[in-house]
Amino acid sequence: MGKWMVVGYGMSQEDVSGAYAIEIVGLGKSYGGRAVLKRLDISMDWGQILVVFGANGSGKSTLIKLLSTLSRPTDGEIRVAGMAMKDNSRAIRRNIGVVMHQPLLYDNLTGRENLRFHGKMFSLDNLDKRIETAASLVGMAGFLDRRLGFLSHGLQKRLSMARAILHDPPILLLDEPETGLDQEALGFLQDLMVSNSGRQRTVVMTTHSLERGLAIGNRIAILAGGRIVYDEPRNAIDEVKVRAAYSNFTGANL
Amino acid sequence: MTGFWSTVSAILWKDIIAELRGKDIVTSVLGFAILSLVIFNFALRPSPRLTPEVAPGILWVAFTLAGVLGLTRAFVLEKDQGNLQGLLLTPTGRDALYVGKMLASLVFMLVAEVILLPIFAILFNISPFQPGLLLVIFLATVGFSAIGTLFSAMAVNTRSREIMLPMLFLPVVVPVIIGAVVASEASLRGGGWTEMAQWMQLILVFDILAILFSAFSFNYVLED
Repeated sequence: MGKWMVVGYGMSQEDVSGAYAIEIVGLGKSYGGRAVLKRLDISMDWGQILVVFGANGSGKSTLIKLLSTLSRPTDGEIRVAGMAMKDNSRAIRRNIGVVMHQPLLYDNLTGRENLRFHGKMFSLDNLDKRIETAASLVGMAGFLDRRLGFLSHGLQKRLSMARAILHDPPILLLDEPETGLDQEALGFLQDLMVSNSGRQRTVVMTTHSLERGLAIGNRIAILAGGRIVYDEPRNAIDEVKVRAAYSNFTGANL
Repeated sequence: MTGFWSTVSAILWKDIIAELRGKDIVTSVLGFAILSLVIFNFALRPSPRLTPEVAPGILWVAFTLAGVLGLTRAFVLEKDQGNLQGLLLTPTGRDALYVGKMLASLVFMLVAEVILLPIFAILFNISPFQPGLLLVIFLATVGFSAIGTLFSAMAVNTRSREIMLPMLFLPVVVPVIIGAVVASEASLRGGGWTEMAQWMQLILVFDILAILFSAFSFNYVLED
């Protein structure tokens, strides 16, 4: 795999091939004394696509919030591209794209205006070209000049995917991205995994869709009770094994 | 344009465009403020002699209540659509976020005040278009927006945010309101600049401290 260059604070390009893409050590998060995540340890190489399965309330969204700098850990440490999140959250945000349940876009702005605003917040150059490229990738080129509030939930979700890759981040964090997407858009999801330069992005994706997760991921994990209880490379497992493990650890079916 | 001001102008542009299309803030603020001016006018029916004494208080009650309403709406709209998270996911400095949101609130409040002043003039048969009064209104509105944006961001994450904002904000902004009422009264009575100066200085000092403190604290307010 070629060298990964990430954008550091102040937009300088830094070679981080020697560091893990994401390194989580002893990560814990509590809300009001209730532990949601308990001593998580995960190391991800560049280009790895980690798919996390878990029941509702297992801590999947909390994990994405922590990785995306939206929330601070109660315990432990997160390093992204070798940078400790505690001291480098701004630099880390330049290198991650995030898709969450909500589109994180403005109803009263058009798709183009939303993406332009987002691009300005990242101080991006060639913004018009970037907007067209990102929108085309998710099949939104024909909807860019419509106000977001007039678009369906699925189209809003597509636009939020375009927002996440507008700055061409080497790392993507996807929180149940398939929710609300039709079959065509689910196909675009696969295209998000590759950067503009053709490199495989590092991805953490939470999902309830076993089929989608196994199709996209090259590493499969199960989160239960705030802990990673199952973590295997994709090529070492199949659907039956994951179903059995999920049932065993969560008491529910995938 | 530097990154800081580019970000500030992007936030300001976004808020103004969204408001022009949605009219969420100015409409609710204006409706409320006009109603309060009308009610006070009919309830007090001030004589021409008494008007300069009571009118400034009424004007600032309307501005204050309208300001609180506008500030509440400013962050509720960000929060309810999940856009606050979208903003926080960008590498933008929190100080630039603060200044952008503060300027947007300032613009909306000033627009509301520009519309309210002629109504105030008609209802109370008084001319508020005096340089001294306009300067007091501008300075006090800056202070309002400066500290109000911080408290609005703080309150939006609480369960009873509509109650929490005035509870937190009004005690802190009291010096600005008192200064504005007294300086406005002096202006409407025909008092000179010297009579207004000490109150305007108080408001100006408050403005500077509020902007510096809020820009510094904004990062901590937004943390989860």
